Amino acid sequence: MVTYYVDVADDDRVFKALADPTRRFLLDRLYARDGRTLTELESELAMTRFGVMKHLRVLEGAGLVVTRRSGREKLHFLNPVPIRVIHDRWIDKYRERRASALAELKNELERQAWQPRTRRK
Amino acid sequence: MATANEAKVTTQVYRVYIKATPQAVWDAITKPEWTERYGYGARTEVDLRPGGAFRGLSSAAMRSHGAPEVAVDGQVIEADPPRKLVQTWRMLMDAQMAGEGFTRLTYEIEEGKGGVTKLTVTHELEGAPSLAALVAGKLEPTGAGGGWSWVLSDLKTLLETGARLEG
Repeated sequence: MVTYYVDVADDDRVFKALADPTRRFLLDRLYARDGRTLTELESELAMTRFGVMKHLRVLEGAGLVVTRRSGREKLHFLNPVPIRVIHDRWIDKYRERRASALAELKNELERQAWQPRTRRK
Repeated sequence: MATANEAKVTTQVYRVYIKATPQAVWDAITKPEWTERYGYGARTEVDLRPGGAFRGLSSAAMRSHGAPEVAVDGQVIEADPPRKLVQTWRMLMDAQMAGEGFTRLTYEIEEGKGGVTKLTVTHELEGAPSLAALVAGKLEPTGAGGGWSWVLSDLKTLLETGARLEG
């Protein structure tokens, strides 16, 4: 189905963009303070300006960063919507099951812990 | 070095790509029968001309938690259907946020390739730190909803599938 394919391609770009520590670092910096210039972002990384630009372009392509002009400056804004979309569609869906699996594991471990030591070997 | 800039950026920018026409996205933002179906579920009344009034009416669920009848108010600055809506926006559900006064909200709708429409929401929140936290979703653990990213994710799901997100 076409719609499905389009969505998957979008999600792929987001997952790929997130699968890199430098790009996650850049997102974290924008989360801490939004609307930064390339120069500001570059100053926090031991990387060439060109390298940072390349990473920002990948983030922009995935929709995770949106740029806006402000006078002569180009400001980078964190766009959390694609992550929210993935959360809502992929993670939320499995959360209940995952939570109950963890609850079961906890019960199981606690049950074992209560067994008398002599019987555990 | 960046100190001048640090203080002044209070704007938040959100973007979502939706498989729907620009008109469908416009309607979803401006028509009450659509606005009550996603996000906070407030029915909006908006007079789409410069100076026209905007009101977001509390849903039954919001009122049962003590919300006033009008949850959000504001005024239209620019309406260019189905491409651009600029308006002021003041949150009235919380005294502190109401006291922060009017903020400026811009919706930009652009048709993209393959029947996908790009919606960009720019919220200028100068002097409104409490509201900024709310719309950024930072108050979600307190039951205040997930802000713009939650609203826009829900809107995308509604327009693409005809259904709401679960839960």
